[in-house]
Amino acid sequence: MKPARKPKLAVWKFASCDGCQLSLLDCEDELLALAQKIDIANFMEASSAVVRGPYDLSLVEGSITTAHDAERIHQVRRWSKFLVTIGACATAGGIQALRNFKDVKEFVSIVYARPEYIETLNRSTPISDHVRVDFELRGCPINKQQLVEVISAFLNGRKPNTPPHSVCMECKQRGTICVMVAQGTPCLGPVTHAGCGAICPSYARGCYGCFGPMESPNTESLSRQWGEMGATQSDLLRVFRSFNAGAEPFRKESEAHED
Amino acid sequence: MKTKTIKVDYLARVEGEGGVYIKVRDNQVVDVKLKIFEPPRFFEALLRGRSFAEAHDITSRICGICPIAYQMSAVHAMEDAFGVQVDGQLRALRRLIYCGEWIESHTLHVYMLHAPDFLGYPDVIRMAKDHPAIVQRGLHLKKAGNAIVTLLGGREIHPVNVRVGGFYRAPSRDQLATLTEQLKAARDAAWETVRWTAAMPFPDFERDYTFVAIHHPDEYPFNRGRLVSNTGLDIGVNEYEVNFTEEHVAHSNALHSTLRQQRAYFVGPLARYALNFNQLSPLARQAAMEAGLERVCRNPFKSIIVRSVEILYACDEALRIIEQYQPPEKAAIDVPPREGTGYACTEAPRGILYHRYRLDKEGTILDAKIVPPTSQNQKTIEQDLGEFVPKFLNLPDNDLRWRCEQAVRNYDPCISCATHYLRLEMDRA
Repeated sequence: MKPARKPKLAVWKFASCDGCQLSLLDCEDELLALAQKIDIANFMEASSAVVRGPYDLSLVEGSITTAHDAERIHQVRRWSKFLVTIGACATAGGIQALRNFKDVKEFVSIVYARPEYIETLNRSTPISDHVRVDFELRGCPINKQQLVEVISAFLNGRKPNTPPHSVCMECKQRGTICVMVAQGTPCLGPVTHAGCGAICPSYARGCYGCFGPMESPNTESLSRQWGEMGATQSDLLRVFRSFNAGAEPFRKESEAHED
Repeated sequence: MKTKTIKVDYLARVEGEGGVYIKVRDNQVVDVKLKIFEPPRFFEALLRGRSFAEAHDITSRICGICPIAYQMSAVHAMEDAFGVQVDGQLRALRRLIYCGEWIESHTLHVYMLHAPDFLGYPDVIRMAKDHPAIVQRGLHLKKAGNAIVTLLGGREIHPVNVRVGGFYRAPSRDQLATLTEQLKAARDAAWETVRWTAAMPFPDFERDYTFVAIHHPDEYPFNRGRLVSNTGLDIGVNEYEVNFTEEHVAHSNALHSTLRQQRAYFVGPLARYALNFNQLSPLARQAAMEAGLERVCRNPFKSIIVRSVEILYACDEALRIIEQYQPPEKAAIDVPPREGTGYACTEAPRGILYHRYRLDKEGTILDAKIVPPTSQNQKTIEQDLGEFVPKFLNLPDNDLRWRCEQAVRNYDPCISCATHYLRLEMDRA
């Protein structure tokens, strides 16, 4: 049933690079049509006009890294009928979650001359560690067609169609010959969540896992395969410890290759 | 004494989180602070122990608006450390992908973030209701920039095809040729953009800036050349840290940069234009002259015109590269790692982006330093506000606040880059 008023969309930023929210502005063909269907009520990167909540759909970018943000996300949840996280930061803690494996105080002292000016938490954590999340869209960055699909699904009261299988399926769909089998190029595709459209292999590069783990990935078996192709323990630690280092299956697999 | 305080929670239409604090006593601005409270993400620290081959993919995540700039500075720094240089068609492809990012990023700023200020709209969506054809033109232009990045890099944001030594896969001539018609239309749209922006109302505001940019005798700068200024600086990129210093101030999570004796300096389109006018293509120079720009533009509000001239240049340059392109034999040259330190500075859309890495013999990163353009402009932005605000103190608070936001947006501040959104607090007494 068509609602009497336009649904209200809000976009929120936490620790991130702005790339996932930029994906919305990168929808050059859909943006104006989308704006006719929905009221972009709170999107600070794009507009200085802010309509007060509650909001029908909140898109949340970024991870929680400060005490202030850990409070703010609860407010965002209270204002939002549906809350969808967009991207690896909001869904797994992002590249900044590499601090979770180290001493953050030492990190601060490396970058800043006056560490006492910096307020930060010891860990970078996904939004779902703090509040209930209605849907998580993967990717570093997210895929903009998937973003349009998710917005459209929530506003029409249906489930988003974002297949949870591996990148391998996408290579098959687009007809890319397997880079691992054919060229011996190490690839994270077998354990990585689909959604990008298998870009890297189509550029003769192995997948580097920026969409994070698929449902039930067999990372151990893939590591063994990589090992046979010459990857060292430290290589394996680094490949699983990147943009989705905080996602459970990748975290565990990286720890299996620690010294 | 009359006391008045204005607070705005957030400056909109900038990339990242920050605020402005202005203290006024007896109609005198006594303090200006550009506050950056974007949460720090510690890239320089987390790069330690990573491979040289990963730095460009990791640092691109500093900024989703200008990932190519991060990728370019990182790969050039690695190549510098290992004593190799990428030339010929591979270098041309690097210029081409940078053209794509300039077109995309500048168009985003000109049409979606900056123009609404001049035309009195809160955003581009509302602007589109009154000016649909203009906004459509902007969207087509932006899309053309993204088309270059997507073709060469695989996707617009955090593209995957760049590597140390070149690319994973080089395009064929036919593939690049698919961009030609779109870019010709974009070049026309860019020229119209220069005319459109030149007719906007600009406040009468000029300052004697210290401009800093890369300069190369034969080309408008992207990723190779010396660092020069209009005040006599002329250094190799490896001398950057001898001449520029960063300081950490309490109100910002971004480090402030200064040139020698604490001098503020200006990086980005105005600086590049002033220092490299002769390197623009004839078409871009002609458009600049028709728009009434002098060879040096000192009015930061007019950066919207200069940015448009640079969009035109980037379309023109992209077409030139595509026209002359012959696929290289190999998509990347071999780059064996060795112990050493590598330096690079490239021209991100917002200005120079400096990277320095120290590496061991396997090419593992021992330490890293990254200086993004917005942190270099912070001090200049504060000084602009200090001079600009007194002229408008008679305005109602809302109008004054809007003027201040506009003065900040002149710099297209990418605060995610500067490590780190804008909150305006007016403290009047």
